[in-house]
Amino acid sequence: MSATPHHHDPIPARTGTVRALFRLREYAGPALPFIIAGMVAALIAQLIALAIPQVLQSIVDGPLADRDARAIWPLAGLVLGLGALEAGMIALRRWFVLTPGTRVEARMRNALYARLQDLPVSFHDRWPSGQLLSRAVSDLGLIRRWLSFGLVLLVVNLIVIVVGLAILVSMNWLLGVVFLVSSIPLWVVGYRFEGRYSEVSRRSQDQAGDLATAVEESVHGIRVLKAFGRGKHALSSFRAQAESLRSTEIEKARLDASIWAWLLAAPTAALAVCLVLGVWLASQGILTVGQLVAFFATATVLAWPIESIGFLLAFSVDARTATDRFFDILDSENQVTDPARPASIERPRGELVFTGVRFRYQDSPDRFGDLLDGVDLALEPGETMALVGLTGSGKTTLTALTTRLYDVTGGSITLDGVDIRALTREELRTHIAMAFEDATLFSASVRENVLLGRPDLAGDDPKTRAEADRVLDEALRIAQASFAYDLPDGVDTTVGEEGMSLSGGQRQRLALARAVAASPSVLVLDDPLSALDVATEARVEAELRDVLASTTALIVAHRPSTVMLADRVALLEEGRITAVGTHSELLRESEHYRFVISSLEDEERREQAEASDIEQIAREEATR
Amino acid sequence: MSTVTGVEGEERHDFTRAESRHIRQRSLRLLGSLLRPVRARLWLTMAIIVVSTGAQVAGPALIAYGIDRGLPALIDGDWLPVGAAGAAYLLTGAVGAFLIAWYIRLSARISQAVLLDLRTRVFLHTQKLSLEFHESYTSGRIISRQTSDLDAIRELLDEGINQLVRGVLYMAFTGVALALLDWMSALVLVVALVPLAVLTRWFQTRSQRLFRRSRVASAKLIVHFVETMTGIRAVQAFRTEKRNEREFGDLVEDYRDVNARVIQLFGIYDPGLLLIGNACVAAVLVVGGFRVVDGQLAIGVLLAALLYTKRFFDPMEDMAMFYNGYQSAASALEKISGVLEEEPSVPDPTHPVDLWKAHGRVRFEGVEFAYTPERVVLPRFDLDVPAGQTIALVGSTGAGKSTLAKLIARFYDPSDGVVELDGVDLRRLHPKDLRRAIVMVTQEAYLFSGSVADNIALGKPDASFDEVVAAAKAVGAHEFIEGLPNGYDTDVNKRGGRVSAGQRQLISFARAFLANPAVLILDEATSSLDIPSERLVQEGLQSLLADRTAVIIAHRLSTVAIADRVLVMEHGRIVEDGSPAELIGGSGRFAALHAAWRDSLV
Repeated sequence: MSATPHHHDPIPARTGTVRALFRLREYAGPALPFIIAGMVAALIAQLIALAIPQVLQSIVDGPLADRDARAIWPLAGLVLGLGALEAGMIALRRWFVLTPGTRVEARMRNALYARLQDLPVSFHDRWPSGQLLSRAVSDLGLIRRWLSFGLVLLVVNLIVIVVGLAILVSMNWLLGVVFLVSSIPLWVVGYRFEGRYSEVSRRSQDQAGDLATAVEESVHGIRVLKAFGRGKHALSSFRAQAESLRSTEIEKARLDASIWAWLLAAPTAALAVCLVLGVWLASQGILTVGQLVAFFATATVLAWPIESIGFLLAFSVDARTATDRFFDILDSENQVTDPARPASIERPRGELVFTGVRFRYQDSPDRFGDLLDGVDLALEPGETMALVGLTGSGKTTLTALTTRLYDVTGGSITLDGVDIRALTREELRTHIAMAFEDATLFSASVRENVLLGRPDLAGDDPKTRAEADRVLDEALRIAQASFAYDLPDGVDTTVGEEGMSLSGGQRQRLALARAVAASPSVLVLDDPLSALDVATEARVEAELRDVLASTTALIVAHRPSTVMLADRVALLEEGRITAVGTHSELLRESEHYRFVISSLEDEERREQAEASDIEQIAREEATR
Repeated sequence: MSTVTGVEGEERHDFTRAESRHIRQRSLRLLGSLLRPVRARLWLTMAIIVVSTGAQVAGPALIAYGIDRGLPALIDGDWLPVGAAGAAYLLTGAVGAFLIAWYIRLSARISQAVLLDLRTRVFLHTQKLSLEFHESYTSGRIISRQTSDLDAIRELLDEGINQLVRGVLYMAFTGVALALLDWMSALVLVVALVPLAVLTRWFQTRSQRLFRRSRVASAKLIVHFVETMTGIRAVQAFRTEKRNEREFGDLVEDYRDVNARVIQLFGIYDPGLLLIGNACVAAVLVVGGFRVVDGQLAIGVLLAALLYTKRFFDPMEDMAMFYNGYQSAASALEKISGVLEEEPSVPDPTHPVDLWKAHGRVRFEGVEFAYTPERVVLPRFDLDVPAGQTIALVGSTGAGKSTLAKLIARFYDPSDGVVELDGVDLRRLHPKDLRRAIVMVTQEAYLFSGSVADNIALGKPDASFDEVVAAAKAVGAHEFIEGLPNGYDTDVNKRGGRVSAGQRQLISFARAFLANPAVLILDEATSSLDIPSERLVQEGLQSLLADRTAVIIAHRLSTVAIADRVLVMEHGRIVEDGSPAELIGGSGRFAALHAAWRDSLV
């Protein structure tokens, strides 16, 4: 007889929760023996806790009633011993469960992080980092607490309930059955609770993630909010989100409250019936008074475990939601993966060929054509190719395809004749280095940021160190970033989020230095000089020429001055390369190219004319 | 000399007594101010707990009554006592259940109200704090204040009140009952309070330090995590995944380690409490046993005293849990109260001056700007920009152009001297009027998640859709926006991932256009635009800037052409000042720059 409402719940939704939580074994596996040992210790502790009053009772009734003074010391010693054992078991329970629990949490956290780093950029486009953060921190903390506390208590309390009920039934089957039957409503309530609570729990955890995203945006976008004085506006939308989280939490509490009420009321009702029935049975002589007292004593012991089920159920559902959210990410398909049998390029020459490359963003509606609609382009080894096109024509996307930040949706890109998808991402990205327009620096020293692509120079021995210094120095020189030496701690100054804030131009130059320092066979630069002033740009270009002489390069360019670095220019127009040639060839032959690049030059000629007019006037005035 | 004011010393955990006191008082003040608005409900909650504890205690007594009195009566054929006991038992059960349900909902309301209040406060305050603060205090740390620290407080509020009140109540009732029953046994209990206090004191000092470390460790974890996820492109392009995994792994391990230490501390404290309790029971048995043997004490009394003593320690685990939550929440409160204690270095005026219609005259008078007395960025200078004038700021990177622009936008306040708009000190100007009159567009055109239209409308929240479109058209952004999957309703995604850098700048231009300020500051705002777009923007600018004051920082000298006046800056000083024609005609730096730029075009 073990039909407790919580134990035997033959409901599919429940198995859903169990199955969802069961997936945790991948990570909790090594801790499982400890968790089971912890359960045993907890069970023993609970048994001792139950035994101590019994022992006291028998001592008082026995030796003390006989006024046997000699018996007092050993008996007190027995009580003390049992007490110490109980404390020891509690200590053991904690010791068994909790440290392994933190290991499970850490393992899951590392796995999540590794997975997130592995997932392609298209995944990160879709997932705000606040959502990822709430999974990595609070969700995993919740799972740890559930494993080391919730699960242990759930199992131990269920055992206590089952055993207790069995004892009750064995004491008197009629009273036991009444107790069982009157708890039937709990089955129904428990079932309905699980379904509704799951939904609300998921909503609350998702909303918490959204709120984290809102906080993050309000901090990252602080300059805009301040510039427009929109702090209040941002606050009201933040507040609206916080309010909806609050109402979800209150709804959760309402569900929680109702299950608690049921779990408290149902056993009490059962006991009230048992009281009247039991007293009647006793009056009929079917039951002795002692048996009746024993029945209630046992039933009262069951009160706490039964009450705790409500809380533990909610806890388990929350843990299930957190588990689901964790596996949401672990299960999300990575479309940009390494091949099973990767090819390798021993000595890359740097021949980069785009053949019929097509690309569309996943969520792009059907009525829109592909963003890249059959790009054909070949970069000879050592050649510098400028990529020119209107804003939004897909230049940045095309550059991102070369290192597989996204994968082509059609056609192929080859490096030295090898499809880039046949290489490991690790190798591909060793061969091809990028500098982004939106220069991201990490919270690390200038040195580490610039040498990011050179793990081979991370060593501490003097030779590597000297080589690292040389590479760093050269990269900084080429990118005109020697300002780094004048920072408070020189190139060891921490920059990025947690360090010194640098200007846009400074960051861009460090990002460029980073790409150069990687000394790749192919350099991909996305408008790398946009934030530089004219004089600095000219110096960077002069230095870059040397580097580019020996390296294949694809450079997104907006300015004629940047185009000048290139051997040839490719014009990206409506998803295709419509013209390739030298700057002057294209100027001559392509109207679109003239529109994109030369309008300013025309402007400039006009301006120059004006300026010389002004100079003329100025001179005339001076001579006058 | 170190200090603990504001967020300083946040990562330390070796505070002196005085510092600890300061921090504790600060967080208690915050807690007090948070609880004040909900104090009525708080009292109600406590009352509910008292009554429901009473109902709980009454249960066993009713059963005893039912058996002791009801059984003999029933044997005599009287159903009344047993029926009454049953009914009363049912009633107390129902009342108890109802009260608990009420308590849960009420305490959720309280804790959610407090959390909402605190969230809003932190949000508002971080928005108020100046850029200077944000440049040194990372976004990740603010996020961790708003997420994991608030979680800790929430846990305390959800469970803590119940644990504390119930525990205290239970112990008090039991203690008094024991004292009335047998004062000598109660004395044992009093003696036991000594090791109890010692153990608790030990635990308190240790755990406080550990909890602080735990908050710091979790914040570091969050900072690293956020940085990786927002910079994922660079992470993947430069293959730093492995190194990141190692670094993150170390942070995870630190956090795990400190958590495990906290837990181990409880692993000593919790059984320690139990041991003291059980030892007490043995002691009461000895103290009472000899008196029973001597006939001084009734056996029944001893049994009751033993059971009471045992029960006295029952809620200790709850209390330990409460203390756990309290410690964790207290460290979180310390950090949060530190952020809230930060004074904005660019504070709102106490007696703001209204400026309904700004003309746009900007004046610097004896202005000096320095981060520290040694690091002077802008040495003392004067500058007068008449209303309607378009100024171009030229100079190499780091010359102080952006700083000067930020002084006009009041992102910073000058260290000395006054910046005025239409004769009013910016520091005295009503923030609303200031932000309406002066708008700055920076190079990093940040887009918030939401639609393109929402992002443009940020310039003027009550703008109609037509106004939004008109603004987009004016800066030449309309066409590409129409080409987006859902036009103006397209979600720009995280960090504007799907909108190119140039398009982002166009959107942020449209935003500024819509805001229609008297003074417009453009800091490298066109750097990512292609030439046709830039031309469009410049055409737009000609009309946009016609009747307003403008400060343009641009590396492309083409933009300078539309300026009325050019200021050339070097090492924080304005070294040349004149019309473009004058300067080009001269032999100064601008003439040289201009010549170099012209060469770069051919």
